[in-house]
Amino acid sequence: MSAPAAPATPSSIDDLPPAIEVRGVRRVYKAKPNPVTALDGVDLDVAPGELFGLLGPNGAGKTTLIKILTTLLLPTDGTARVFGFDVARQTTEIRRIMNIVSGGEQSGYGLLQVREQLWMFSQFYGIPVREGWRRVDELIDAVGLQEQRHQKISSLSTGQRQKLNLARGLMNDPWILFLDEPTLGLDVSAARVVRDLVRGWQAAVPGRTILLTSHYMAEVDELCDRLAIVDHGRILALGTPTELKQRVSAGSIFRLVLDALEGGVEPIAALPGVERAVLAADDATAPDGQTVAVNLQLTDDAVLGSVITALAAQDAHIVALQKSEPTLEDVFVELVGRGFGDAPEGDR
Amino acid sequence: MTATLRIPEPFHPTSSPMEAARWTRRRKLATDLRAVTGRAYPRVIGLIREPSWLLFEILLPFLTTSAFVFVYRALQAPPEYVGFAVLGGAMTAFWLNVIWMMAAQLYWEKDQGNLDIYFTAPVSLMSVLFGMAIGGLFSSCLRAAVVLGVGTVLYDVVFTVEQWGLLIGVFLLTLGALYGLGMVLASLFLLFGREAWHLTQAMQEPVYFVSGLNFPVGRLGMLGFLAIALIPLAVGLDAIRQLAFAGSAAHVGTPSPEVEALILVAMVVVSLALARAMIHRLEWLARSEGRLTVRGG
Repeated sequence: MSAPAAPATPSSIDDLPPAIEVRGVRRVYKAKPNPVTALDGVDLDVAPGELFGLLGPNGAGKTTLIKILTTLLLPTDGTARVFGFDVARQTTEIRRIMNIVSGGEQSGYGLLQVREQLWMFSQFYGIPVREGWRRVDELIDAVGLQEQRHQKISSLSTGQRQKLNLARGLMNDPWILFLDEPTLGLDVSAARVVRDLVRGWQAAVPGRTILLTSHYMAEVDELCDRLAIVDHGRILALGTPTELKQRVSAGSIFRLVLDALEGGVEPIAALPGVERAVLAADDATAPDGQTVAVNLQLTDDAVLGSVITALAAQDAHIVALQKSEPTLEDVFVELVGRGFGDAPEGDR
Repeated sequence: MTATLRIPEPFHPTSSPMEAARWTRRRKLATDLRAVTGRAYPRVIGLIREPSWLLFEILLPFLTTSAFVFVYRALQAPPEYVGFAVLGGAMTAFWLNVIWMMAAQLYWEKDQGNLDIYFTAPVSLMSVLFGMAIGGLFSSCLRAAVVLGVGTVLYDVVFTVEQWGLLIGVFLLTLGALYGLGMVLASLFLLFGREAWHLTQAMQEPVYFVSGLNFPVGRLGMLGFLAIALIPLAVGLDAIRQLAFAGSAAHVGTPSPEVEALILVAMVVVSLALARAMIHRLEWLARSEGRLTVRGG
């Protein structure tokens, strides 16, 4: 592969090309009986130094876009560039400046210890031997795996495993870090560590960019400077979390936690004055798994009375009731007409 | 547990991604070499950490070698036949490592999710394959050395070597040809999955037979010649036997060690070129079809 035209070293991040520039990208997978379109004409710009989120249900095309940007997949149509480097032709250059961490990643070798595994990966990024060991120790401290330093990989918990994966992802000081569902399956505390570390790492050097995919709305809302809502391979909306939430029409938004809802949300959604009633996808709303959380959008507060009456008729008891601000899930529902939990397909 | 959240300083600070993407040839080469070390590392550690291989990879195969030794002694075969069996037992270590560990490695890496990381790392994929080969060589050498050492002492094998340089050269070329074949098989296994696995399983015993693992391959006539032309184990083992038991009347019907060394050179060149072409083809397939690097895909 020919060397890319080397731009002059910029004096500030304003001089850098877009961290991500995607134009008309389509990706079609061969499948039987019909091909599957995972991405369908995606356009996207991410500025250097941004923490950008891709929010969408399983099967929306988030992982496919990440695979294209990390040079693991070719787009069927369209172009994509990472810091000016073309993903189809300049894979070597892109691989030198990026890293990727995926949720549930099981990479490495179970018989190695935490320290050994990280050192092994350091060699794939060309870090000199001693420097590699020093850096491994620093990263182990940074992600909070000091006590597991000499523990075999096979005996790590999910949270410890993901911290290890993140340490690997930071090993080569990437300019751009792709995080594909990085807190998938983590408990609240481990997810917090991952988020704090990601934010701290990015803030340490101007220009470091993160593309995060998640279907945890609260995570995207908390972390991202801007985000795109993706569904069925298309970007439906793009903006800051605040901008997107302002799209939700005026009205009263309530979050109801019920002990059960055997009749489903449809009877509630059909009530006069109920603009929308969907099951909440955010795990945090029903952490015990014993309750059902429903997001309601009403024309005004007075409609709540008829909702409570309808629930009583279904023998559903209210465990908690909260009036809330619009969330990104409300935005998604407004755009798509269904909640995250209703998305039928597997991850693509 | 709470993380201390001390973010490490960049180890190689650059002022822009474009600068970070510009590598000198020296840095590129150094990174490829480090990747070889990195990939070989788990195999070496595994050898130390999981001593069960002593039983499964040395003691059990040694029993097969011993069986042939006892048969040759019972038949009052020339004494070098015992040495042939011991040498064959030693070389089995490399062959088994190539067709099982090496060949299945990329397939297994895909299953573990490592292949994505190797594909996106800034290294040549050939360095990953070399790392696998060197890691495998390390463990197989140990096993082969134990079989050779114990077999030699236990069964009083006397070697008559006249050309040490050529013997060492042939041995190294044999390893090169074997592991070059392993690299090719690794790509084939990744492409064809279980079908390739079954094919290897089906071919294991026939290859043992036509390679003359426990007897001189020359005894097989034309079949032996064919094996020498195509199978690194057959040609390498025959050349090593000729050089380790110089002047033995048992060497009949096969080319001289010098000719066999040339065959091995050709095998090394062809297998490495093929491995390189195949791994690049694999990467292209992975990127265009999107299935090879996807777990379970």
